[in-house]
Amino acid sequence: MEIPVLECRNLSISYYTRQGEVPAVVDFNLRLMPGEAHGIVGESGCGKSTVALAIMNYMGRNGAIVGGEILFEGRDMRTMSAEELRQIRGAKIAMVYQEPMASLNPSMKIAEQLAEVPMYHEGIGEAEALRRAEKMLVQVRLPDPQRIMNSYPHQISGGQQQRVVIAMALLSNPRLLLLDEPTTALDVTVEAGIVDLIKEIARTTGTSLIYISHNLGLILETCTRLTVMYSGEAVESGDIHAVFDEMRHPYTRGLFNSIPLPGADKNSRPLVAIRGQLPLPHARPAGCYFAPRCDHFAAGVCDHRPLPMRAVAEGASHAVRCARFAEIDWAAATLPHTPREKVLAGELVLSVEELTKHYTVESSGAFLVGARRTVKANEQISFAAREAETVAIVGESGCGKSTFAKVLMGLEDATSGRVQLGDLDLANLPVQSRNERTIARLQMIFQNPFDTLNPSHTVGAQISRVIRKFGVERDPEKVEARLNQLLDIIKLPREFAHRRPRQLSGGQKQRIGIARAFAGDPKVVIADEPVSALDVSVQAAVTGLLMDIQRDNRTTLLFISHDLSVVRYLADRVVVMYLGRIMEKGSTEEIFAPPYHPYTEALLAAVPIADTSVRKRRIVLSGEIPSPSNPPKGCPFNTRCLYMMAGTCDAIPPPQREFAAGHVIACHLPRETLLAMEPVISIAPA
Amino acid sequence: MLKLIASRLLQMLLIMVVVSLLLFLIFDSDKFKKQIAVAELGGFAVSALSEQDYEAWLEKKGLNVAFYERYAKWASGVAHGNLGRSFEKNEPVLSLVAERLTNTGILAFWVFALMIPLSLGLGIVAGMKEGSKRDRVVSFVAVFTTSLPEIATAIIVTVVFALGLRWVPANSSMVNGWDWRQLVLPVMTLVLYDFGYVARMTRASMAEVMTSQYIRTAVLKGLPYRRVIMRHALRNALIAPFTIIVLQLNWLLSGVVVVEVFFQYAGFGKLLLDAALFGDVYVIQAATLVAVCVAVVSQIISDVGYTLLNPRIRFG
Amino acid sequence: MAGFLAPFRQPRRIVGVMLLMWVPLTLYVMFGDGLGGARFYVLMPAIPATLLLYVLAITSWRESPVALIGATLVFFWLLVAVLVPYLPLVDPNKPMAPFAVIGAVRNDHLFVLGADFKGRDMLARTLWGCQRVLVWGVSATMVAYVVGCLLGLIAGYLSGWWDQGISFVSNVLLSFPVMVLFILILNYLGPSGFNIVIAVTFASAPAIMRIVRGITLDMKSRDYIYAAQTRGEHPLRIMVFELLPNARGPIIVDACLRLGYTTVAITTLTFLGLGLQPPDPDWGLMIKESAKVAMLFKFSYMLLAPALCVSSLVLGFNLMADGLREMSLRD
Repeated sequence: MEIPVLECRNLSISYYTRQGEVPAVVDFNLRLMPGEAHGIVGESGCGKSTVALAIMNYMGRNGAIVGGEILFEGRDMRTMSAEELRQIRGAKIAMVYQEPMASLNPSMKIAEQLAEVPMYHEGIGEAEALRRAEKMLVQVRLPDPQRIMNSYPHQISGGQQQRVVIAMALLSNPRLLLLDEPTTALDVTVEAGIVDLIKEIARTTGTSLIYISHNLGLILETCTRLTVMYSGEAVESGDIHAVFDEMRHPYTRGLFNSIPLPGADKNSRPLVAIRGQLPLPHARPAGCYFAPRCDHFAAGVCDHRPLPMRAVAEGASHAVRCARFAEIDWAAATLPHTPREKVLAGELVLSVEELTKHYTVESSGAFLVGARRTVKANEQISFAAREAETVAIVGESGCGKSTFAKVLMGLEDATSGRVQLGDLDLANLPVQSRNERTIARLQMIFQNPFDTLNPSHTVGAQISRVIRKFGVERDPEKVEARLNQLLDIIKLPREFAHRRPRQLSGGQKQRIGIARAFAGDPKVVIADEPVSALDVSVQAAVTGLLMDIQRDNRTTLLFISHDLSVVRYLADRVVVMYLGRIMEKGSTEEIFAPPYHPYTEALLAAVPIADTSVRKRRIVLSGEIPSPSNPPKGCPFNTRCLYMMAGTCDAIPPPQREFAAGHVIACHLPRETLLAMEPVISIAPA
Repeated sequence: MLKLIASRLLQMLLIMVVVSLLLFLIFDSDKFKKQIAVAELGGFAVSALSEQDYEAWLEKKGLNVAFYERYAKWASGVAHGNLGRSFEKNEPVLSLVAERLTNTGILAFWVFALMIPLSLGLGIVAGMKEGSKRDRVVSFVAVFTTSLPEIATAIIVTVVFALGLRWVPANSSMVNGWDWRQLVLPVMTLVLYDFGYVARMTRASMAEVMTSQYIRTAVLKGLPYRRVIMRHALRNALIAPFTIIVLQLNWLLSGVVVVEVFFQYAGFGKLLLDAALFGDVYVIQAATLVAVCVAVVSQIISDVGYTLLNPRIRFG
Repeated sequence: MAGFLAPFRQPRRIVGVMLLMWVPLTLYVMFGDGLGGARFYVLMPAIPATLLLYVLAITSWRESPVALIGATLVFFWLLVAVLVPYLPLVDPNKPMAPFAVIGAVRNDHLFVLGADFKGRDMLARTLWGCQRVLVWGVSATMVAYVVGCLLGLIAGYLSGWWDQGISFVSNVLLSFPVMVLFILILNYLGPSGFNIVIAVTFASAPAIMRIVRGITLDMKSRDYIYAAQTRGEHPLRIMVFELLPNARGPIIVDACLRLGYTTVAITTLTFLGLGLQPPDPDWGLMIKESAKVAMLFKFSYMLLAPALCVSSLVLGFNLMADGLREMSLRD
């Protein structure tokens, strides 16, 4: 019988804090055969990264393996000496980390950081090691490896850094490669390239993979088996198709119900969020950890231990940790669909015409006076938004969406162009010059839940301030009544008014942020990636809430996002931006169906989708997003475009081609070529 | 890089001009003129002086013209290497300051020669394993010694090593010629006070580096511990202490005043204090300018060094 | 106990208790002569206030032994400062028995800590000696903090020319070695407690300004500041209500450290003859007066007593700062 590369048996890991022992991972099992790719998926705090570090036997000062064993090629790693461990680390087990920039030593050149791996593990000379390092950089498809070898980490882009880390991991032909959220810090088109590379490695080298991610779609693309973790333990594991298509744990199903898959629709098939929130490690319930959030909870069955993993059928490798999985009717329509009527958009509320924003930055030159450069953050942005409509602005980093929001809010002046809100031009009206009514009509929801509220003041004080500031109410009693009303709307208990932000979870903070934005009855709300920092199950609840409030108030929502799945789910119209310019705009259906702008096409293909019935065309862009301070000439996308026509695309800005009323693509390609494009995503009949 | 140095030098020049102008403005007051007169002619003679005679004396000394004229004259003198004469000691200021500065330089050399290896070594050892016993001992000693004011440290080392054990003399005035034994207590006082601060900073920097992700990467690459520390950690951990050590020059110029006065060591700090108490304007001006100059140059060195040591900034 | 203390834990009440301790002490030390016969009673309300503050401090800093030791040292001297007029001590300025060594009995008086060269009782002088350095040190630090915070907020938040101007002035001041700056200012203004406050402000405010400016720059790009800006709040309101409360943690830690520095500075300046003036006792003054005459081992107590006292106070401030920083990093 073949020996597994790695086997975790009843692994338990704890951290020791001031509160005492906190179990981080409980009773974790895993069997990884040679050449296999295993995914570990779960939300933040579920213990998935702890498992990876435990496999490396790197627990930090206050962590320890308190039970079970980790067998690497049949040998228990817990009994190995420090020297034996050292010889395995980096040689037989290698790891790729979440933040490539932080994982590389800032004061050493890439060449040395790569070369030391074979030098210390195989004892080869420096020249030979450098040669191997350069060869490996070619294998991970880095352009100009000579230059990269001689660079410091900060001199190359995030995607390149991650390729360097992968090259470093592969240099000694490891038997096992651990990937801990390797693409989370990267833009989606760059991510697609890295995922493509990882798949190729798995195929060509025979290395076993453990791929850790919060993203089910990524796991589907890269792995053959997976383990779903919740609150420190595995709740379901098995073959990827078995788990995705016939999930047998209520949490797994809740997870799938809360992510916007291509079939979901905000009106006919709204998402269903998992209610409640993840228990803190020292406040876990006695029985099943998921019990308080579970729709199938049964007293007397679910509230005591032991609760082992059980195979769903005799001899099957698909196992779940649920006492009632056999009793639940999995085929029943579990989604309590409450279809709603489509909201009809009203009159024009906001129109943006030819908005342009340029910054001047002083670049540090060798001379006393640095050269001044212009960053074209926004270039000729035009679109309109109507009452009760959701307009999504989609783009990756550097596309200018945040600058756009600042101009709208009056924190920056526009260089040229107009922003018409009602009969008022806001383009050059800084916030100090706007009257209260105007300010209240245009509000914003911010991205980072940890930053959106002032940590020094209570939640109630912060919302009340807005109510008074906008003159909604002045009388203290009425202010409090309005505050309570807002808390009711965002479905938080009224006593939360006395809490401080640090006593709230990320999702709760985002809800307060929503309440604050809606306190003054705004006409237009800009939401800057309001859910991107939240866990998927919380995302669904917060987006659902946001859409409900929007529907009730007939507010116009400008939804800024990089996540096309969310956008497809909730937007009525979409604006796709790249390096400060609009590439394509139109209704959501038009954007997600041909004809596409080549960038939209690549973006669609890059988004991982957690659905086994979905087929995607493989489109992988090469290279990285150029810096907005030095954008390419002509069409900004020409450096990465698969349809690039030399002499045209890199010289002349693209023309606007209108395909339907309001559906505009800025591209040099002939109409027929664009019209002849095939859909990126197709759903195979089940 | 050149731009950085150039702009820093320009800033330094500006600061020196502002400082010297300020000094002239301060010492242009009647109070100080009178103080000089008292010092030179004696208190009794000055009080007996008529208004006219006093004016005449001022004119003779060149003190009656507007301060900017004197400033211009003095500035051109400085440009020619002439810093004026000391009223108190009737010596050229230049040679006086140079002599005292040399003495303080000797003191400073020994302080740095002992303090740098001591504080870096202890700081690195402590920071390598945060929270370990070694770390706690070093941290405690460091807090303790930095908490003792120099004057207290000076008293304690004098009482113990000079008055109690009688190993070294308590007085460092060197009236009977140069004696290295008289240097021991001043150096010891300054090192004891200063090493703790630098050691704490080194420890903090090392501890931060040791928890960084790139150190985790280095360990999980399977590198030997020695290599992780020597090649990966130290280079990054020593950037912050380097700048701090250079900036200690500025601090040392403060610290030497009390130590030199307490031990009667004929150095720069004592010169400054004596001149201030006496009202010896040109000496104060020269000494202050020298002090500011040293401070600003050390700041430039620390900035430039930081940039050189830190590739993230050097090639940013 | 905890239930009894709970009402005092609100920030506003803590400030109230602090004032109850601080105002009498300041009146007593700074304006004591103007109080006449009332002087003797002024310090009485400060005694329970100081005790209450100490109990509050040790109950809320239980997790950090370092902070506990620091607070104990500091509050020991604060208690001595408010209690000393009511202790059975001889007049600290009365010459009795020159060079009476430790434990000597002269004129029916036991010299527990000996007497100095003028024959004044060292124990009385040492205990009385904490008052002036505490009051002037804390006042000077507070004034420096108000100035430094204000400038730092303005420079950091408004940026542009404000920042350029404020930063240049502080760079000029920071390029003086601190002691040189002290000597120049006090030499110009003349040695006195009030002038020490001015000198400390000039020397410390630029450094405080830099810290606050750094924190402000860091916090300025937080979303909650954008949120305040986008609802059209006045810059002053943003600085005082949105930024300042969040800078509280690092500011308190730095303030403790700086209280230590200021204590050292005052003692040192007094030793150099530029600080507090005789005849009232002060640790720096005691060192200055004895430095020339006590250079014998048997008389070294004249120097050691004030040196150890000032060290213990500075150590207290530093340990408190360390403990507070440690606690702030934990959560």
